Amino acid sequence: MERDDIIEYSLDAHHSEEAGRKIRRKIWMVTLFLAVVTTIEVTLGAYWKEWFDASAWNSIKWTYVVLTLVKATYIVMTFMHLGDERRNIRAIILLPYALFILYLVFIAIFESNYVHQLWLRFL
Amino acid sequence: MAGDASKALSNDVLWGGGRSPFSISYGKMMMWFFLVSDALTFSGLLTAYGFVRHSTTEVWPIGEEVFRALPGLTGSYPLIYVALMTAILIFSSVTMVLAVEAGHRMDKKGVIKWLFLTVLGGAFFVGSQAWEWSHFIHGGGGYITTPQGGKYWVHNDTHDTHDPANAPGFHLVQADAEHYLIPAEGAHHLDHAASLKLWNERANYVNGANMTENEYGPPQYANFFFFITGFHGFHVFSGVVINIIVLIMVIQGVFHRRGHYEMVEKAGLYWHFVDLVWVFVFTFFYLL
Repeated sequence: MERDDIIEYSLDAHHSEEAGRKIRRKIWMVTLFLAVVTTIEVTLGAYWKEWFDASAWNSIKWTYVVLTLVKATYIVMTFMHLGDERRNIRAIILLPYALFILYLVFIAIFESNYVHQLWLRFL
Repeated sequence: MAGDASKALSNDVLWGGGRSPFSISYGKMMMWFFLVSDALTFSGLLTAYGFVRHSTTEVWPIGEEVFRALPGLTGSYPLIYVALMTAILIFSSVTMVLAVEAGHRMDKKGVIKWLFLTVLGGAFFVGSQAWEWSHFIHGGGGYITTPQGGKYWVHNDTHDTHDPANAPGFHLVQADAEHYLIPAEGAHHLDHAASLKLWNERANYVNGANMTENEYGPPQYANFFFFITGFHGFHVFSGVVINIIVLIMVIQGVFHRRGHYEMVEKAGLYWHFVDLVWVFVFTFFYLL
């Protein structure tokens, strides 16, 4: 039996030719941005030894992590349209994940430091 | 994006029943829940990699020294091939989001065009990964260790790893203890007689990569490479299969009759997620 009490949210996602042009422009701008960031990462990876001395590695490492998170934000918010969804679904997806992963990364760094010290002492 | 999600509604209306408080269809929400759980799996794998790499006391290989080959070319091109793969995957993500946009305008021809390009990009990526695995497994000639603990790279003109000592141009080069794949500072190529003597006295000959040993670094390095890129590659492969199925359904006009192209959007979410994971694998496995 056909139900008539269900709201078809998928039908509501349609947009006009005019709005489509705007969205496409945004998509290509984000593409350009992602391409530029990836090029910076690879160039830095290939040439950093010629440009900086070895002590710069730590800051380069953190630059990579920050650039990756920036890229991830653009992919999730624009390409996966999460930025266009309601705030409550955004929170349901991002918050539990962020909480768990921040804890996991914290514990992994903390414990691996400890294990490293153990290896050094007893190996 | 237009849609119900951008409407300003009071909490009483949103949570008052009779509608989804998230203004999102069931299928899309379940896809998001699946992606969150899958993201946790990949995060676990990458965190495990970080844990092992951070706790080990052995020298860990550097991405730009391991991955520097291009198909059909000799010479050193650090990370160029991986960067190309990344670019292809990001580009196929772009074509996917364009297919979704075309679907929102009920533009069947547009959806077919962009979805086809997405499938093409995905197939290219899977093929590239197969080549990279093959290159990683075969390696660049391998090394021997001497009973005294010395380490020497094995060279010969034909890249023969079955019987390298009898291949033309066979010689050894002393390896740098602090770096994998890099000859020691000022190391000279040993002559044939000296090389043959060391070869016959060798304690071990390691070439290419398998689950127990590899010429690049500690055994865990190859194990993580196989597991993380393999798990990701399997995701890409299933993504390509899903996209092909959706493409066939689009061509048949299934979604046009249904009145919306949300299936393209749901497949798109999965496909973007695969791209998203690769961004992290690229950083944490290849760059760092």
